[in-house]
Amino acid sequence: MPQSRSERIASVAIYCILTVITLLVLYPLYFVLIASFSAPETVMRGEVWLWPKEWSFVGYERLFANSEIGRGFLNTLLYTAAGTSLNLVMTIAAAYPLSRADFTGRGVFTLIIVFTMFFSGGMIPNYLLIKELGMLDSFWVMIIPTAVSVWNILIMRTFFQSSIPKELQEAAFIDGCSNMRVLLRIVLPLSGPILAVMVLFYAVGHWNSYFNAMIYLSSRDNYPLQLFLREILVQGQMQEMVDISDDSLARSLMDAEAIKYAAVIVTNLPMLMLYPFLQKYFVKGVMIGSIKG
Amino acid sequence: MEQRIERVESLTHHRTKKTIRWRRQAMHIRRNWQLYVLFAPVLLYFIVFHYVPMYGVQIAFRDFIATKGILDSPWVGLKHFERFFDSYYFWRILRNTLGIGLYELAVGFPIPIILALMINEVRNSKFRRMVQTVTYAPHFLSTVVMVGMIMMFLSPVSGLVNQVIAAFGGEPISFMTEPSWFKSIYVWSGVWQGMGWSSIIYLAALAGIDPQLHEAAKVDGASWLRRIWHINLPGIMPTIVILLILNIGSILGVGFEKVFLMQNSLNMEASDVISTNVYRSGILGAQYSYSAAVGLFNSVVNFILLISVNRIARKVSSSSLW
Repeated sequence: MPQSRSERIASVAIYCILTVITLLVLYPLYFVLIASFSAPETVMRGEVWLWPKEWSFVGYERLFANSEIGRGFLNTLLYTAAGTSLNLVMTIAAAYPLSRADFTGRGVFTLIIVFTMFFSGGMIPNYLLIKELGMLDSFWVMIIPTAVSVWNILIMRTFFQSSIPKELQEAAFIDGCSNMRVLLRIVLPLSGPILAVMVLFYAVGHWNSYFNAMIYLSSRDNYPLQLFLREILVQGQMQEMVDISDDSLARSLMDAEAIKYAAVIVTNLPMLMLYPFLQKYFVKGVMIGSIKG
Repeated sequence: MEQRIERVESLTHHRTKKTIRWRRQAMHIRRNWQLYVLFAPVLLYFIVFHYVPMYGVQIAFRDFIATKGILDSPWVGLKHFERFFDSYYFWRILRNTLGIGLYELAVGFPIPIILALMINEVRNSKFRRMVQTVTYAPHFLSTVVMVGMIMMFLSPVSGLVNQVIAAFGGEPISFMTEPSWFKSIYVWSGVWQGMGWSSIIYLAALAGIDPQLHEAAKVDGASWLRRIWHINLPGIMPTIVILLILNIGSILGVGFEKVFLMQNSLNMEASDVISTNVYRSGILGAQYSYSAAVGLFNSVVNFILLISVNRIARKVSSSSLW
């Protein structure tokens, strides 16, 4: 394909700009990783640039010595597993009927659901409702108020409409299948990819969320990981973890930094390991969503 | 006489058509009862967790007394709104909320489009995949980790950014406690985290453009830039318009999660926004009615913005939300 001179220049420029952008995005992530394995004082002095200096695991040691971190990890796992299961059931229960043309009233139901995307009662009425329902500081408050997302219902409905052949369902009805049977035996087995997308969308959401936990939970036994992480990373509260007894303030300040780097790595570890799979499926989900916005 | 018969016929015909439709619907409902059973919990969820709070928003017009509940608390009309509009904080939080929202729109909206247009020009599939893999990654960081990283990198004592500044002989800057830096840090860190992810949707739209258009334009001698301008950009315009409407509709909805974590008593002048104000006076200060009024003001403005932008979009372009 013949290219003009200006086109070649433009093409080179694009490769250069994209390389710079990629490095700008990658470097902070890489830096956190190498800083977490380096001796804190080398990081402080700015000696860590490209690879770890004076290998050290002091941040990880201090972090794991704290029992609350383990507790938080466990809680988050529990909330994520239970929350995602409920999310999945609710999303299917909403999306399948709405995908059916013969579901009388689906226009109204869609409107009822979509309206909540654009208007809400706000933080205070929600809080009072949760309080009224007696769900404050309970396990359920992390699961039920976020039982389903409108956006994901719409993605799933679009998938059911566009990717499951209508003829297949109609044939099953003629053979005397009930609606539930068609859903369980025909539609869901054909929906593998979208179910994976949904599991991942919801699971990442649960794993990363801190807002509901912060306003609804009060006892530390129920805290998810992100709340402990907030204390470490944002509020700098880690007196228990840094050893004040043995030496100076400067020393504990440095250890505190090491703990922060280690905390970021530990929290994102599951995500980092899953990332290659996540990326493929997430992208698929965004694409399906964009077909019919 | 004949006319009359015809009219009666058409009337009965009309009537039967209507009853037939009605009957068919009734039959559908009866046949699909399982679908309604399936849908019922969803409906219940939306009513309890979304519409009950909307109904409960009336405490903004009452003086909420916990022992009396929402419905029996005394009605005070617009008292809380007046107090909010007259308060010292009103202009500050409105300025900050609008400022951050507009800044984010001006920077955060076009960058993913440009990124997508650039990635779309890359022919080397390995390079392309690498750029995408890396730029999508920060999307998966939680807000807490994101803000934690911002604070680590910008720390005046140990942060990387200040080490670089010092290496070039500059004075260290205390970014997080300097109000003038707040909005830029918020917006640009958001670009860092979100540009790759937001570009996916444009890349999907670009992939749907017919390559024959490009071939034809090439034959006509259109330059590379002209092809992007006249083919790619119009091709993704519907997507751009839809996302622009959604973005403008949430301009006052500046995210609580990140602002709240980045906030401290020293940068409050620039970082106090509507949602953090609601949280402080409502959840922490237990002034339920007052902060519900502030929140309602926010929701209503957002809703009006969304509707008007959508109306404008429907007039000037072919794509709109509804």
